[in-house]
Amino acid sequence: MNPDASTIAAGAPIEVDLSPIAEGQDIKVFWRGKPIYISHRTKKQIEEARAVNVASLPDPQTDEARVKSGHEQWLVVIGICTHLGCIPIAHEGSYDGFFCPCHGSVYDTSGRIRQGPAPSNLPVPPYQFVSDTKIQIG
Amino acid sequence: MSGPSDYQPSNPALQWIERRLPIFGLIHSSFVAYPTPRNLNYWWTFGAILSFMLGMQILTGVILAMHYTPNADLAFKSVELIVRDVNYGWLLRNMHAVGASMFFVAVYVHMFRGLYYGSYKEPREVLWILGVIIYLLMMATGFMGYVLPWGQMSFWGATVITNLFSAVPYVGDSIVTLLWGGYSVGNPTLNRFFSLHYLLPFVIAGVVVLHVWALHVAGQNNPDGVEPKTEKDTVPFTPHATIKDMFGVACFMLLYAWFIFYMPNYLGDADNYIPANPGVTPPHIVPEWYYLPFYAILRSIPNKLAGVIAMFGAIIILCFLPWLDAAKTKSSKYRPLAKQFFWIFVAVCILLGYLGAQPPEGIYVIAGRVLTVCYFAYFLIVLPLLARIEKPRPVPNSISDAVLAKTGSRSTPMVSTAIVLALAGSLFAGSIDSAKASEGSDTPPGNKWSFSGPFGTFDRGALQRGLKVYKEVCSSCHGLSYIAFRNLAEAGGPGYSVAQAAAFASEYKVKDGPNDAGDMFERPGRPADYFPSPFPNEQAARAANGGAAPPDLSLITKARSYKRGFPWFIFDVFTQYQEQGPDYVAALLQGYEEKVPEGVTIPEGSYYNKYFPGHAIKMPKPISDGQVTYDDGSPTTVAQYAKDVTTFLMWTAEPHMEARKSLGFQVFVFLIIFVGLMYFTKKKVWAASH
Ligand code: FES
Repeated sequence: MNPDASTIAAGAPIEVDLSPIAEGQDIKVFWRGKPIYISHRTKKQIEEARAVNVASLPDPQTDEARVKSGHEQWLVVIGICTHLGCIPIAHEGSYDGFFCPCHGSVYDTSGRIRQGPAPSNLPVPPYQFVSDTKIQIG
Repeated sequence: MSGPSDYQPSNPALQWIERRLPIFGLIHSSFVAYPTPRNLNYWWTFGAILSFMLGMQILTGVILAMHYTPNADLAFKSVELIVRDVNYGWLLRNMHAVGASMFFVAVYVHMFRGLYYGSYKEPREVLWILGVIIYLLMMATGFMGYVLPWGQMSFWGATVITNLFSAVPYVGDSIVTLLWGGYSVGNPTLNRFFSLHYLLPFVIAGVVVLHVWALHVAGQNNPDGVEPKTEKDTVPFTPHATIKDMFGVACFMLLYAWFIFYMPNYLGDADNYIPANPGVTPPHIVPEWYYLPFYAILRSIPNKLAGVIAMFGAIIILCFLPWLDAAKTKSSKYRPLAKQFFWIFVAVCILLGYLGAQPPEGIYVIAGRVLTVCYFAYFLIVLPLLARIEKPRPVPNSISDAVLAKTGSRSTPMVSTAIVLALAGSLFAGSIDSAKASEGSDTPPGNKWSFSGPFGTFDRGALQRGLKVYKEVCSSCHGLSYIAFRNLAEAGGPGYSVAQAAAFASEYKVKDGPNDAGDMFERPGRPADYFPSPFPNEQAARAANGGAAPPDLSLITKARSYKRGFPWFIFDVFTQYQEQGPDYVAALLQGYEEKVPEGVTIPEGSYYNKYFPGHAIKMPKPISDGQVTYDDGSPTTVAQYAKDVTTFLMWTAEPHMEARKSLGFQVFVFLIIFVGLMYFTKKKVWAASH
């Protein structure tokens, strides 16, 4: 009962052009049926994400480890709450990141879990930059 | 099934079969001569009621499956087409959907009955465990059935529930992928759920056979909890139990029919009339009412894995009940302390159910934790302890002694039980509505609708005017894709003739093709065509309207609701109030205000609306006084337009509403007579035994 061949084939990598996304904005694309948030973070958001004491987080991870170096302004995460799979809303919640309406999990500007029942950070999908304004997800 | 039967059919043909396959003897010994305790009360009829419901679900389900399409793109539509176009499809669907809820009502009564009278004790442990297995299978079946209409709640309910398994350490994610057949809930998920939803009821039927078999080996428990000793303690199953069960089933059918014909959407969720959208999570995800207590337990534990374990544990613990409660006395009738704790436990379950439907914040979370502890404490602390410290009252020597000693005091607990259970049902059910998000919006005022109440019909004039308003105003942005022009001439609708509907259709341009040259072309509409949508797809609709796609209006009056709150949702069961949707739509159309109140900021491109959740709506004020002309002299005011178009949209949401209500009346007349006849027959049969 595992995914059939066509489902796997449809899950091949996709390319996304980043140039239309202005600073402070974000877009949602679908890959493998999952929503992927690509946000163009502001200076302030990046600073907020880096200022926290990593050891104090429920799922400790530095912001550096969650973005590609040289492209700090881009945060790419799978927009599926690690609790029970709802889609968190961007730019909401007390950490300026994501807020999940289902059971109230709050994520910060790096997509890390800060509050609520979710056990871990929003996962970062496999991706790389093919050029400065284009990424390939998958 | 208690030993070989000495039954001999008198008909030679039957004798011939009986010698080769002793099936008549089996039936005779199990359902005719079978001795049943003579002191059983009406709580014992729920076994028969459950069998009846299982039969009903299988029967309606098999027919529904003949019309249903298990495909992510078509499922929602196929369900709507069943309701609209299949002969009595609306009835089948209501029977099946309401039937699921009624099945659970009955199973909860049946389980609490077993709990109260100690029906799980020696020698009925296996019987009880088989029952828990049936209950688990029912939960799985009910959940998968709820996914099939592929609405928003179906989709997100499926997402949340399947994700429960991701909490399993190490293999969790692979299990979830296996359940989905993909990387997220999607078409393969729907297909396998359909397959399993069709299979599981037959598995349930199989386990029911085992359950009944075990019952007939151990014999039925009874309200006094003493085993039958002599002939005098029992009566033959037929006619005594048969007729009593039939009376019970008939009474239950009254309740069932009340929901089928008068409140079919009360037990469901308005969001499930919005097609599934993997990109948008509804603000509150609420499972069906029968899972709410367990959902509350899940949410009250802040750790994911622990929450999932607690939730499943809450059910599995039932299997160990026969050993957790070691008290020798079976029936709580003779256990003063156990009786009180039982009722506290019932209250805990009801309150947990209520909390399961509330948003997980503040006081609700704390209350949820306290009650979760109470739930488990009942099984793990109270019952084992009571077995040690409680001094039960003496039990009667035999059932016939108990029957003879029967005093008037017996009826009091029965009344309180009935009250608590009625409360339970309505509280559970209504709490779905109360979970609706309504933050930051006013409650729409109630209206007098011609279509409300048990005899409601549509006002033809309002339907015709509403159609005009839709055509001249709404249709420039909103589709009406489930309504065909032919519907305009159907009974219970706006009352146009077939020729008028055809003329109406021909004013539209409909895209058809490809023709012989392979090109698409436009032609005038025909009665069989559906109202064309203003935009070719959702993205185009979104782009043309500042990012918010105008929703299709066919189902809007059923897909919108607002919080009714406690205690209104209980009264609603009796008053049949179910016009939240129309009230909301009518209020929204009149809720625009030029002046934005102090403290509310409305973003660029949005408008202030008093009744829209959050107040900032993308739709500009759609209509103003005098915009549409009426030929029949009705006032051309916004209030009148709103009323007319809402009536019209109520009809588009349920074109067969009048048929539903008028058939309901006939069914009720029949059922009431039937219940009366059953009651007197039962009295006659039992006259000698009391
Ligand atoms: S699914 Fe996001 S908090 Fe539960």
